[in-house]
Amino acid sequence: MIVIQNAIDAISLGAVYALAALGIGLIFSIMRLINFAHGELIMVGGFTLYALAGQPYLVMGLAAILVAAILALGLERVAFRPLRKASPATLLISSFAVSYLLQHVMLMIFGSRPMGVDFLPQLGDAVELGPLRVPELQLAAIVVTVISMTGLALFFRRSRIGVEMRAAAEDFTMARLLGVRANRVIAAAFVISGVLASMVSLYLVAQTGTVSYKMGVNMVLIAFVASVIGGMGSLVGAALGGFLVGIVSVSLQAYLPVDLRPYRDAFVFLAFIAFLLWRPQGLMTRRADMERV
Amino acid sequence: MSRDWQSAALLLAIMITVALLATLAPPAMQRTVTEAFVKLVVVIGLYIFVGNSGVFSFGHVGFMAIGGYVSAILTILPAKKQVALDLPPFLETLQLPGLAAMAIAMLVAAIIALLVAAPLMRLRGIALPMATFALLVIVHVVALNWQSVTGGRQALVGLPRFTGLWTAVGGAALALVVATIYQQTRHGLALRCSRESEVAAAATGIDVGRERLIAFVLSAVVVAMGGVLFAHFLGTMTANTFFLDLTFVTLTMLVVGDMRSLLGACAGVALVSVVSELFRSLERGIDMGGHVIEAPPGLQEIALAVILLVILIMRPHGLVGDWQLAWPKKKAKEGS
Repeated sequence: MIVIQNAIDAISLGAVYALAALGIGLIFSIMRLINFAHGELIMVGGFTLYALAGQPYLVMGLAAILVAAILALGLERVAFRPLRKASPATLLISSFAVSYLLQHVMLMIFGSRPMGVDFLPQLGDAVELGPLRVPELQLAAIVVTVISMTGLALFFRRSRIGVEMRAAAEDFTMARLLGVRANRVIAAAFVISGVLASMVSLYLVAQTGTVSYKMGVNMVLIAFVASVIGGMGSLVGAALGGFLVGIVSVSLQAYLPVDLRPYRDAFVFLAFIAFLLWRPQGLMTRRADMERV
Repeated sequence: MSRDWQSAALLLAIMITVALLATLAPPAMQRTVTEAFVKLVVVIGLYIFVGNSGVFSFGHVGFMAIGGYVSAILTILPAKKQVALDLPPFLETLQLPGLAAMAIAMLVAAIIALLVAAPLMRLRGIALPMATFALLVIVHVVALNWQSVTGGRQALVGLPRFTGLWTAVGGAALALVVATIYQQTRHGLALRCSRESEVAAAATGIDVGRERLIAFVLSAVVVAMGGVLFAHFLGTMTANTFFLDLTFVTLTMLVVGDMRSLLGACAGVALVSVVSELFRSLERGIDMGGHVIEAPPGLQEIALAVILLVILIMRPHGLVGDWQLAWPKKKAKEGS
């Protein structure tokens, strides 16, 4: 029974990681930017919930999604568009700067102490599934992730801009030659990443009941790991990587000796390094990403 | 004298001038200058790897932490260690003079860097910087939880504060000399070659992974020295000091000047330190004819991030760019 319980924990945690990793993977696949500021999109979504506390939950949630999407769009326009031709390393540093900037803007406005937010606390209740007790939040995480992924898959296959986005991820220059508008595609990708980030903030706030200006940092570090494991630039890979990291985290939590458990994250990152040495290109690699001379 | 040594000599002269000026300033200002010199040690250490290889490392602050903690354990009074930590008896009773502790701390950092980097340097492309991120997180998690050795979430206090102005200047000078020597060796030149084109370097027979490893270990040692100086400057160690924020600040210092030259690294430290100090004094409040104007906390960090972004966008090669320090040129003799 404990195994099944752990499996449910792993899948639900993996689902959240997968959402975060998808946001990062999507941006990377199109413009080679590892967006460290994705964590701050999550954080700003959380603060939107805080600012609207007391409103109906639906209003709070929709506002968080909207604000994160608009912010993502704004970041692209102000910070990342001028750097579009820069190297991936420069882009990473600049997203680091954006992240630091947003964190301290929030620190300036709201202070450094974590603040309580009342958002869907009833999700903490557990559902009895036979002998298992599963918190509703975990089920919600799984359901939301499945719906988002299905939606994304449909979007990429059916909508014009989705197809353009895939083409841009495959070969950006070629796509532009064939009439894909770079600005439109990249802007759309940022909006989607903002929406994905806000889903993560809904989960985090419902789970912890608090927001703080550093709340996105841990999640973004994990999402990095997940998207690199999946193979930077592959969306299926990013999702897969997210689930894999979730499974590894929960297994370590469950099966590490008790006095080593506080070091769980160190082991997760150690496993990540070991994985990189084994398969530096990640699980899913696209031909376009192979280095050529 | 080679171009590199000319530049180093002039930088050294500027550093000593700044330090002499600082001795005339009030103590608070002196502390700021001391801190800047300590950061300079770290940034020069970072430059040895990042500047020469062109590969970003987000893990070097981890070596600062390792240096700082090792030195802390070796220098704190045994009685205090007994209360705060839970060390093996021989470490608990040990109390070394500062220099010996620093040497051991640097040695420990070298060994760890060698063990860690030997496999990592095989990685290529964006995988390598990502792996250094993982390194930082691992050191941080260990420092945060290894209660018996690092004090865990509590601050480790009682480090002798032996980092004064001239200690810091001495450290920075040493780092500068080491970096200057390194970049003129075969290894330094080979690594810089690989920075311009990894493929071309490999084709001329340069073992890029090996050259990166050498630079990584050397830079980890210098950064660890900076960590030791920083720890004994603050007098306390907390795990959270050595995490993403410090990583960001040191990388900013390296990038805003010009990460490909020592002059750029020094200029970056100077610029960031001056800006930080300006905003810090704003945050303390300025008396303007009875009205105290006070900037909210956080403004300093925001300014720093904005400066970095603007420089990345407007001047991708940093403020200094390709400009070099050298002796003034002698006028050409007439008729020659």
